[in-house]
Amino acid sequence: MTTGQSRVARLVLPVGERDHIQGPPDAQATLVEYGDYECPFCGQAYPIIKAVQARLGRRLRFVFRNFPLTEMHPHALKAAMAAEAAGAQGQFWPMHDLLYENQDALDERSLARYAESLRLDVERFRSELRAETYASRVHEDFMSGVRSGVNGTPTMFVNGVRHDGPWDAESLTAALTVAAHTKAS
Amino acid sequence: MPKLLFENGVRLIHPYMPKESPSVLSQGVVAPDFALSSGPGQSVTLRELRGKPIVLVFYPADWSPVCGDQLALYNEVLPEFHRHNAQLVAISVDGVWCHRAYAESRKLRFTLLSDFEPKGAVARAYGAYRPIDGTTERALFVIDEQGLIYWSYLSPVGVNPGADGILEALESLSKRRVA
Repeated sequence: MTTGQSRVARLVLPVGERDHIQGPPDAQATLVEYGDYECPFCGQAYPIIKAVQARLGRRLRFVFRNFPLTEMHPHALKAAMAAEAAGAQGQFWPMHDLLYENQDALDERSLARYAESLRLDVERFRSELRAETYASRVHEDFMSGVRSGVNGTPTMFVNGVRHDGPWDAESLTAALTVAAHTKAS
Repeated sequence: MPKLLFENGVRLIHPYMPKESPSVLSQGVVAPDFALSSGPGQSVTLRELRGKPIVLVFYPADWSPVCGDQLALYNEVLPEFHRHNAQLVAISVDGVWCHRAYAESRKLRFTLLSDFEPKGAVARAYGAYRPIDGTTERALFVIDEQGLIYWSYLSPVGVNPGADGILEALESLSKRRVA
């Protein structure tokens, strides 16, 4: 075991079947976000990523993985499980968007309300939340993040490498464009 | 006059002072013992922690946003550290009352130690003092059961090093124990 002086943090769990993905599988650039639904910085990143997706179109594939900081954010874990429960009924992304658009209302009653508004089977949704059906999946996301060098929320990976720079729309678009060109060449 | 470089308000390069500690203590070196305050009227020595792997985290300051994320992350990953039977202690030059308020506010479930007087003496012994800022560096150590440094890492001060390096070191240490 050697003493390390510099490390490049890389995604250890490749994007695959288990992931929630927007964009084509053969996109030149892949952005993976590890996020927490109650984290205000992730809330700031939410519209930025939408803008970046609009700019890059089909050149970009976006993946969201859960990284709830449960000690700091009491509703983060339930919210993550709610998104997964919605995902089990084919509505992950609409729930993901609702959660980020309503970060100040993530209590259980609000979560059920969002499920209703998405016309989910609310009984199933509620019982899966109560049974913590998706806790292990959320933990799997979390640990894959820890092992990949996630160091706060949001942490983003551009084509598998941790993006340590700023993540305003311009910087993120630039980083993804460079990554897309590198991959294409 | 050489230019000063700033990042997030932190001075990176100063013409007259070393940019950072030349190097942190590395593998195989005996971890220097210390006795530091863990709270008003309480202290912790490295010697009394011996017998289990120790994760020693030097971080520049309570309350600063990067540290906040770093220690919040370790707070979440704590069960993984415990799975390897390791204990986590974090050290900065902040005083005990500051540490107490910080730990309460962030609900930290591990010990913060004050390298307060003489300021930074323990950090200096580990090669993890940052004279330009008068704070500790952002440096990580994994110390084995015998008190030898097993792994160390000096992070750029503005970059949160995450927990992956620590977990890799603890895993490797567990394997060594089994072998």
